[in-house]
Amino acid sequence: MNGLFAGLAAGLRHVGKLTIDGIWRLGFATRFMFAVLLASGQSLTRIHLTIRELYFSGVLSLLIITVSGLFVGLVLGLQGYDILQRYGSADAVGVMVALSLLRELGPVIAALLFASRAGSAITAEIGLMKTTEQLKAMDMMAVNPIARVVAPRFWGGVLSMPLLAALFSAMGVFGGWLITVVVIGVDDGAFWSQMQAAVEFDYDVLNGIIKSMVFGTVVSLIAVFEGYDCEPTAEGVSRAITRTVVTSALAILALDFVLTSFMFRG
Amino acid sequence: MMSRTALDLWVGIFVAIGFAALVFLAMKVGSFSGINGSESYRVEAAFDNIGGLKVRAPVKSAGVLIGRVQGIRFDTDSYRAVVQLDIDKRFEFPADTSASILTSGLLGEQYVGLEAGADVEPLKEGDRLMITQSAVVLEKLIGQFLFDKAAEPAAQ
Amino acid sequence: MPLVSLRDVRFAYGERSVLRGIDLDVHRGQVVAIMGGSGCGKTTLLRLIGGQLKANSGAVEVAGHEVGKLGRAELYAMRRRMGMLFQFGALFTDMSVFDNVAFPLREHTDLPPTMIRDLVLMKLQAVGLRGAASLRPGELSGGMARRVALARAVALDPMLILYDEPFAGLDPISLGIIGQLIRRLNDALGASSVMVTHDVHESLEIVDYIYFVSDGRIVAQGTPDEIRASADPFVHQFVNAEADGPVPFHYPAQPIDSLLGGRSA
Ligand SMILES: Nc1ncnc2c1ncn2[C@@H]1O[C@H](COP(=O)(O)OP(=O)(O)OP(=O)(O)O)[C@@H](O)[C@H]1O
Ligand SMILES: [Mg+2]
Repeated sequence: MNGLFAGLAAGLRHVGKLTIDGIWRLGFATRFMFAVLLASGQSLTRIHLTIRELYFSGVLSLLIITVSGLFVGLVLGLQGYDILQRYGSADAVGVMVALSLLRELGPVIAALLFASRAGSAITAEIGLMKTTEQLKAMDMMAVNPIARVVAPRFWGGVLSMPLLAALFSAMGVFGGWLITVVVIGVDDGAFWSQMQAAVEFDYDVLNGIIKSMVFGTVVSLIAVFEGYDCEPTAEGVSRAITRTVVTSALAILALDFVLTSFMFRG
Repeated sequence: MMSRTALDLWVGIFVAIGFAALVFLAMKVGSFSGINGSESYRVEAAFDNIGGLKVRAPVKSAGVLIGRVQGIRFDTDSYRAVVQLDIDKRFEFPADTSASILTSGLLGEQYVGLEAGADVEPLKEGDRLMITQSAVVLEKLIGQFLFDKAAEPAAQ
Repeated sequence: MPLVSLRDVRFAYGERSVLRGIDLDVHRGQVVAIMGGSGCGKTTLLRLIGGQLKANSGAVEVAGHEVGKLGRAELYAMRRRMGMLFQFGALFTDMSVFDNVAFPLREHTDLPPTMIRDLVLMKLQAVGLRGAASLRPGELSGGMARRVALARAVALDPMLILYDEPFAGLDPISLGIIGQLIRRLNDALGASSVMVTHDVHESLEIVDYIYFVSDGRIVAQGTPDEIRASADPFVHQFVNAEADGPVPFHYPAQPIDSLLGGRSA
């Protein structure tokens, strides 16, 4: 009996510690975010710092985003056609492909891919710089590492994400068109005309862009924070990378629900 | 490490591709059409009600695609909808051809169906189709049906 | 007035007290060595001087300013006149050797690229690595990396240079080269240097003054000649590299008997 109580108490203590640690980290992350925003001046005045990060998070993500977008579009086209043709509405497949991509799949999948491709790279880079004392050395040279290293990576991510999400959606629509119109033989005009009639720019397209902006900000922040906060050892860096991917995925999916419920027009 | 200029170039390409994708999405891909490429002639048809007909919807005859809806406007004199149809030059129709707004499938999109008449004169650019049949509006149909049902016992 | 002066400086990492009242002076133009066993708090001492850590009590003064009381901007202003060589070089791995040395110049000056190029090549020439300018840090040996880091640390002609174990892991020849470089750069720049090291013999050759740290305190000090002649058992152990003496071989722990006893009980 005593042992049971002791076990229970230990369990509760563990939960309590995790909670406190979590809150502490959240507070630290918030403070860190303000520090990054305050130190962002250089990212703009010395734009090549940010351009360099745009290359690493944007250009290097182009391939995976393009290919994934295409495949998701192909699958959406096939599945959409299969379902819609049962109701004699195969022409509406363009609408289905476009709306699912613009509203959900584009921003969400692009952000998930971005977190694992670019986010993890950012964490690894900053974590490694911390581990090898490069950040401390910079600080000793009177150069603020948050302004010089962290902020440009943050902004690079924030700026790339909406463009990558748009590219993903565009490739998806193209993939859907390829499979349904070119391969299956859905009417070309009907595909586009129905799509154009159903997709509203300032609702579907714009909300998708807003989502991808929010995701880009959150994923970039998580990535730079985990890198900056990591334990300065090899295992510390690898754990930080894992945390970046996992935390980002959870944040993206949870925020997607929150944003969708705000944007949803009953 | 690549040089600054190469880096700038790549980032420029990236941003251009991203914005092209945005424009593509924003414009909802305007210029894809099976008809626009070939020559066509334009005729008009006035309807009491076009239902859910949209610009760029197909124009079919006997189920075959022969053209597209080019524009839809509201005529304030007759209070009717005037639909402009672009019809492929290869297909000639008699002048007394009739147009109706039909639906593909139960819930599918609406299109304009043409039924050839018997006139020897062909349809020409700018002509107006005289015989038209409006879209079937589901609510009206149901309302009509209920009204008839209600009226039945009284008739007996 | 000394350039650097520490008065009764105490510092603890949380509960673990590392420095327990350090008094130390570095005069202008001097090269001063701080020696002591591994883990006795030498790196910590350098961090206190560089303002990366704040003393729990006591005063750390550099050029008349109390480091612990400076705001961020003032601290940065002071650090521009300081160079620090990290224990493992801490070169920026995403830049070439040239860009590493150019980094402080580009960050803190508006010099035209041609001037920066000349300055960087001059610094690299001083450490004998002008030919390695286009290499990446990954392509350097440990000793070369240390020399590049040294060139970077003196890029802005600092008034104070801090060295954290500049000799660790070097062969005797590179060790001599680095030692001579430290002395020559210090004299050429008219700077002062603080050097943390284990290497007694090399230090005795090049430094002006030596402090021995043990158990969080300064236990011995003097010029190289005084040290060589010293009868202090601590100094004796260090200079003659004896395994055990006043500097304990063991990290503080429970007596091993208690461990063994605990198991038999
Ligand atoms: N960040 C830290 N947190 C807690 N304790 C630390 C930290 N850094 C160092 N210590 C402890 O403080 C003591 C002094 O560390 P320091 O790095 O100053 O030693 P050192 O004299 O430079 O050793 P070495 O010659 O091996 O480099 C060590 O016992 C170490 O365990
Ligand atoms: Mg050390």
